[in-house]
Parts: sequence; structure tokens; C-alpha cells
Amino acid sequence: MRKFDTKVQYLKYKVLREVAKEAFADRLPETAIDIPKMIVPGKVPTMRCCVYKERAILSERVKLAMGGNKSNPNVIEVIDIACDECPMGGYEVTNACRGCLAHRCEDVCRFGAISFDSNHVAHIDKSKCRECGACSKVCPYSAIHNYRRPCESACKVKAISMGAEKQACIDNEKCISCGACVYQCPFGAIMDKSYILNVIDMLKGSHGNRNYKIFAVVAPSISSQFTYAKLGQVITGLRELGFHTVVEAALGADMVAAAESRELAEKGFLESSCCPAFVKYIETNFPELVQHISHNLSPMATIARYIKEHEAPCKVVFIGPCTAKKAEIQRESVRPYVDAVLTFEELQALFDSREIDITALSEGVLDNASYFGRIFARSGGLADAVAEGLREQGLDFELKPCACDGIEACKLALLQKSRGKLDANFIEGMACVGGCIGGAGCLTHGEKNKAEVDKYGREAYEKTIQEAISVLKSN
Amino acid sequence: MKVTVCIGSSCHIKGSRQVVESLQYLIEQSRLEDKVELGGTFCMGRCQQGVCVTVDGEFHSVTPDTVKEFFEKEVRARA
Repeated sequence: MRKFDTKVQYLKYKVLREVAKEAFADRLPETAIDIPKMIVPGKVPTMRCCVYKERAILSERVKLAMGGNKSNPNVIEVIDIACDECPMGGYEVTNACRGCLAHRCEDVCRFGAISFDSNHVAHIDKSKCRECGACSKVCPYSAIHNYRRPCESACKVKAISMGAEKQACIDNEKCISCGACVYQCPFGAIMDKSYILNVIDMLKGSHGNRNYKIFAVVAPSISSQFTYAKLGQVITGLRELGFHTVVEAALGADMVAAAESRELAEKGFLESSCCPAFVKYIETNFPELVQHISHNLSPMATIARYIKEHEAPCKVVFIGPCTAKKAEIQRESVRPYVDAVLTFEELQALFDSREIDITALSEGVLDNASYFGRIFARSGGLADAVAEGLREQGLDFELKPCACDGIEACKLALLQKSRGKLDANFIEGMACVGGCIGGAGCLTHGEKNKAEVDKYGREAYEKTIQEAISVLKSN
Repeated sequence: MKVTVCIGSSCHIKGSRQVVESLQYLIEQSRLEDKVELGGTFCMGRCQQGVCVTVDGEFHSVTPDTVKEFFEKEVRARA
């Protein structure tokens, strides 16, 4: 069964796997320089103009797999030499234009930007074109194409522009580290930094969890990943890697849902704080709305804090679909609780670097959270959980949620709020379309993922938030 | 006296919540709140024998059905 959506992910994975293998064998950093040749042996290029360019790019990927550029605070980086400098001319008429008689393009253009040559072929006057795309939509031959760079189209916060050498450049002030560009660049020229070596060091240093215990906190979206195996086998695989045990981030979500519903009832209006990319987006673009961000830590940080407070000495590694979580743990408020973040891509590389075939393992158990904590992984889940939290705690507050997935939807709701026109008292903001299941660090992004998350939610042993968090009150 | 109940996944589905709730109730009923410190932990590494409970570090295997008996013998009698 396919493990990845694209060959770019597969390439990135191979680099991570080799880096992890060398790290486990204590051969880094000496052998780092040899990894590109291990992945691209021989003389025949398969991806670029020549094997030397392929290897040059791979050595950049190796650097990112080993933590990337330390002087760049952003967890997302451009690999300049991997950027194919895609054309970006905007709307242009292609040679599919047949010089027809109808001229729908001309009629629909409100800016008078379309004219015709002696062969009746359409031309766009760039000085008049406003890039509305109307002509492209009406052409019966689909002859008008929008040349936009996939990274720029993917970046809804407009943090990507073209640099002096035509390569993609990221504006760190605007970037929310959501990773949309990482997933969308067809040349794999934008990557998230990996902290896989930090995790390997922690695993080695724990000496079988005797020096300190290492906890894997896994995001509920894991239920839609590793579809070639059973979830229980992934849990056993994590233990084989050397983790002391696995805890659901969804239990942190249950804790957040209970606290968030109380905070909402008290304040009357809130923006959710679970998605770090959404939080950064508000901070950057709507400073006047920062006061309404929920004071709760994210589910990841909430459960990690609980673990740190009760299981010392210990380390906590979060494993999820998210690149922005890598940025979240750099925040002062979260840094003490989470030691490293891995994506599902990186976990797959870790398994394979140790030659752990999870499909051959027995099934472990993962059950800490309720249905409501688990459905945080998909859009609308947090709002459902807050409604349940209000109900269970008998709070008399009429919830009017506005669940937004994708930064464009978030932007719309925040704009309405800033103008006093939002008919809602709770904004659930998720930077990725579909919620966390659309995260850039997912192995696969599929239609069925939402159904998988709901199914996993229903399988929870505890049915209510209060039941799930009641075990924590023993402390 | 320190009583620690495993609230990890494996013990959880074997009823650690019920064990925790029962112990909370029994401790309160016996007015032992000052003497018994009830805590939780994620996994003691003996999942087969869950629900895992330790009393001052000494291991016990408890179920929701045997929790009362366990409390009388190992907690109340010794507190």
C-alpha cells in the first residue's frame, strides 16, 4: 500500500531515513556528506539535469534533516538550488486559443484587457488585467491559463515572493509555518526542519527509559495515517523505538475542552488557541483581536505539562501532522513542556531506519481520551467539544461557533469580527483545510480521513470529556 | 502512604478510571485523605497484570471488582 501522496515526500523520507540510520549507528556527522550518494548512486540522473545537481540538492536536504540553518528562526526553509524558478506571469492566452468568433473572453472582461490579432487570437494587455480570472472560466477551450507558482498559491498569508535570483523567498514575519508550501511545491524546494536527531539523542540517552522516561504524545489525526497497518501496531512500534509509553494528545484536548468552555462562558467571546498557525496569524494580522485568544495552552502543551509535572524525570516528544507545532515549542509558554516535535513523515522514517516493520508487530493499545478529544483532529471537532464541555458542566451559555478551516476562512471570520459583523461567539481556527488531518506533515491526505477520525473517536472507551479527565484528578 | 494507579491506555480499558473513582470514594469515606496520597501514572510496564497499582512502591494487580477488597487489606489496614 502507498505510504506517501507524492514522490517529493518519498524523497524527503529517504533522506530522513538515512540520516536516522547513520545517527543510530553513531556515524554522524562524519557520514553526512556521503548520504546524497547513497540515495543517488551511479551517473544517470532521475530527477534533475545531472546527478551532481541531484546530490547537491540532497546535501541541502540532509542539512535540513539534521536541524537546518540555526541562524534562521523559521522552521520552514527554502532550498534555493532546488527551486525550479517556476514561471509566474499570471493569466496568459495559450496556443489552445483557436481564434473563435464568440469572444466570450472579451465580453466577460470588465477591464478591457482583451484584444485580438489578425487571426482572431486573443491577447491580454497586462497593464489592464486585474487577474480576476473571468476570461479563463468562460473560454470553451480552457485556453487561458493562470501561471502562478504553486508555493505562492498555497501560501494564503502571502509570505512567499520571488527573490533576486527568481527563487522563492519566505517572509518570516508573515509566515505562520503551516507548511502548505512544503506540501505543495512540486520540486520539494521548501522543507520543514527536522528535529529527528534530537529525538534519537533522547532515545539513546534514556538507556531504555532508565535515566528518564520518554513519552510519545500522538495527535488524534494518527488515526487517518499509517493506513497500511493497524493503529495498535504503530503504538507497539513506538515502544520498539524506545519510547516508554504513548499518550493521546486528545486527552490534552479533553482537558482543553473542559477549560475552554468555562473560559468562554466567563468571557462571552473566544478565538481558539489550539492551532499555532492560527494564533500566529492573529498576532501578525489582527493584533487588536489577540486579547480574545483563549488562554489555554494547546492540547499538545496541556497534556505535556501534565506529564512533565507528574512523571519527572521525563522527556516529551509530540508526533503529529503539523509543521507549525515545531514553531509552537519555541514559545516561552510551551518550551518547558515539549522537548521535540516529529511529523508522521518523520516517524515513518524512524521506523524504517530501525527496520521496524509495524505490520508484523502485535497490536498495542491507545486509549486515554474521549470521543470529543479525538475529533479535535478535524474541522468542527473543537467546537463540538466545547458545546459538550458547556453541557457537561451545566454552564448556561448559548454557543454560536464559527468553525473555520483553511487560513482564508479564518481570515474572513476575523475580518468580520474586527468590523463587529461576526454572528458567532467562538471562532475555531485551523490553518489547514479540513483541520489537522490536512496538515503538511501527514503521510497521506485523503477524502476518507475525516471519516477515519470520527470512527476512531467513536471507538474511545470514555464517552464524555469529564470521564476522560476524571482519572487526572487523582493527582 | 502513597498509592499510585496506572492510567495508561492498557490499564485504562481494564477500568483504571473505576479503580481511581472507587479509591477516591473509599479514602474519603474512611477519612484517610491526610494519610493516603492518591496519584496516577502513565504505564508501569506491566500491562498484562493491569490495572496496575502500587502502594509505597509495592506492586498490586487490581480490578474494578477487587478494588474494595484491595483497599481494606492493603490501604486501610496499613494506613
